[in-house]
Amino acid sequence: MVNFREYKIGARFFGLALGGSMTITLFMPSFDLRNVNATEVALDKQLWAGHESGFSLADPFLTGEHRPVRVTLKTDPKTGQPMASTVAYVYPAGTPLPNGVDHPDNLGNIVEQLSRDKGRIGEANKSQGAVFLLSSEPQGDGSKQFYIENASATKGWNPEEVMKAAGDENTYHASYGKSIFVREGCWWCHTLLPEETQDWQVFGAPPMLGDFNGESPTAFGSDRKAPDILHVGSRNSSREWMMLHFFNPRLVQPHSIMPRFDYLWGPVDDKGQKIDFDKWRAEYNEYVDGKRVTPPEVPMYASNSDARALIDFVLSLK
Amino acid sequence: MFKYLFARSEDIPEGSAAVYFGFSAITWFVIGTGLGAFNASKLAFPDFVTGLEFVSFGHMRQVHVHAVIFGWISMAFAMAMMYVTPALGNTKLWSEKLGIWNAFLWNVGLSLGLTLLWSGMTSGREYSDFPWFIDLYIATFMTIPLGINVWMTVIHRKTQGIYTTNWFFASAVFMVSIVFIVGNLPEWFHLTGLTEAYLTWWFAHNVLGLWITPVAAAIAYYTIPKVTGNPLYSHRIGHLHFWSVVVFYSTPAAHHLMSAPLPEWLKSFASVEGVLILVPAVAFVSNILLTMQGKWNMFVENLEIRFTVTGCLMAIPLNMQGGFQQTRAINWYIHGTGWIVAHAHLALLGFSTFLEAAAVYLGLQTLMKRKLYSLTLGNLHFWFLLIGFTTYWVSMTIAGLIQGAGKIYEVPYIDVVMAEHPYMIARWIGGSLVFTGNCFWLYNMWMTARAGTVIPEGRMAHELAYER
Repeated sequence: MVNFREYKIGARFFGLALGGSMTITLFMPSFDLRNVNATEVALDKQLWAGHESGFSLADPFLTGEHRPVRVTLKTDPKTGQPMASTVAYVYPAGTPLPNGVDHPDNLGNIVEQLSRDKGRIGEANKSQGAVFLLSSEPQGDGSKQFYIENASATKGWNPEEVMKAAGDENTYHASYGKSIFVREGCWWCHTLLPEETQDWQVFGAPPMLGDFNGESPTAFGSDRKAPDILHVGSRNSSREWMMLHFFNPRLVQPHSIMPRFDYLWGPVDDKGQKIDFDKWRAEYNEYVDGKRVTPPEVPMYASNSDARALIDFVLSLK
Repeated sequence: MFKYLFARSEDIPEGSAAVYFGFSAITWFVIGTGLGAFNASKLAFPDFVTGLEFVSFGHMRQVHVHAVIFGWISMAFAMAMMYVTPALGNTKLWSEKLGIWNAFLWNVGLSLGLTLLWSGMTSGREYSDFPWFIDLYIATFMTIPLGINVWMTVIHRKTQGIYTTNWFFASAVFMVSIVFIVGNLPEWFHLTGLTEAYLTWWFAHNVLGLWITPVAAAIAYYTIPKVTGNPLYSHRIGHLHFWSVVVFYSTPAAHHLMSAPLPEWLKSFASVEGVLILVPAVAFVSNILLTMQGKWNMFVENLEIRFTVTGCLMAIPLNMQGGFQQTRAINWYIHGTGWIVAHAHLALLGFSTFLEAAAVYLGLQTLMKRKLYSLTLGNLHFWFLLIGFTTYWVSMTIAGLIQGAGKIYEVPYIDVVMAEHPYMIARWIGGSLVFTGNCFWLYNMWMTARAGTVIPEGRMAHELAYER
């Protein structure tokens, strides 16, 4: 009964149909996607975001272990001499390397070639850590071709020296911030994809083909219940506004439906004082009820708090 | 049920696995819709429960989605497969013990996965949010064992042909396993960028198109002829349905990313294929409604038929939306708005849930040989579900149109949020009605098992009168 002839034919056609559909929807697009060269946006993003922002074995609970940081240098980390403001991406020892360094073929042919030959990314080493720069080479037509430079190889910079030269105020924990964005489900409402329609007039330019190489997860979001924030750092770069807005969005936007993220402050403020959340909420309720003229003061977040990393991330979205 | 895990296969009563799956499904439905209603309350009243990481919206939204997809819908499917596949093959389930273990490991894996998601451990990929080891668990201990049981039962059937329902069951369990393994390639091999984004939606599209839609339809192909006594209107149309699902529904994944910078040919291709989804849809709906000829009184009188036909009727707006909202002409307006959320609930809470609920009602009564405890509670369940869902769908569709207009006319976003607020409250009320209805259902089914009238040998549940 099993060898009913119709079922043999049917099973073969089924394989053909499903295989054909997978050929068209998976195999054929892979040719297009493989040939995409990473843009400046993609290189910058994969360098500050690091290897993975969602679940990974290096940081299973998304608590910010083994994360790169982005720093702005004003002095040369080797000589201590002043220099033109330079952005560097610091991967301390043990941090998984960015995807373009791990798998340079993800960068596209042109970028891969430059990053290997001029950027010497092949010499980067996870166990020793590395410092990367986003460098460019002028092209014949006047444009610039961006590539990844391994400054540990080309300039001899090591992660500790660079972090020390930059100082905490010029350090951005945007990589961990993106993991908080994923962990806290910010992307269920705030999309990262201005659409290819009139959308860009409010939320900025829609991304281009090569703007995502090496990013994981892309976390576009699909269910927009709040403004798109792919370019939010260009619209609003106020750290103080972000701080108030995360602590209680209704302090700065009375009609917001965003949840409060006061728990990202952790137990203590920047001076190590315990934050009394119950008192704050009680006073805020009095303010809402009209019993207070001003809302209670929002505590300043500690420099190693989740709130700081998340704000660093949001301000990196230019 | 736990005592059967280590019992000898021949000592396990027939249908135990299906009953286990059935009650698990209803329980997950209560949990999943409860979470959904709670999430909705937070969108309507953002300060309702606040300041706690573990009850924040962003931690719970994906738990709701996965509890209903992998708990309610998929376990109800497994339940239907465990009792319909052998019934149509005039045989027993290939391995009752495998079925019991399957249901047990399904509950264990899902509880673990949802706990991790809730804690924030996520891949950050919509619909494939589980970290990769949970995906591996799902394929290994949930979908593939289910497939083995279904395939072996079909192979050991005592009938010559294979009925429509069983083609769908046997192929869907195969396809969902493939979709799980291929759709999670970004996590197995750490694929990044647009490849990751595209595969995320390839998975999301196909888990709906090659698992939820065909299995739900297959259930209706069984329920309607079985309860009405009418033969299926046309097996030819059934063929058309089956082959057009495989060919057309497996290809439009890119239409979920119409506004992302994917290759244009891929988006156009997906969009055309997306309209062709109307082929299986029209085939299915017409086949089921024509099978009802001469028995339309049962639409009013019989609970299972009422659920099934309501689900089929909801497939009409569902597929009209699905076919056309993904074309460029319409997608630019409603992409990423509440319209899509309404559409997703029309597919899962409208169309598919109503078909599965009928199968679970019918299956549990048949297997436990107990008449449904209370018709009143059954009716309440139906109306709470239908009114709750309709409230939800209408309010979210309106909210989506407001969002779309706000997007096109460059309205400051906060004005959109304010305009949507009444519909967010309506959404919460709708969701709460669905949750309440499901609580009635769980109680009703529990009481059916304990105190339902015994159905005599050789009779069907709907031939007996209700007592309450």
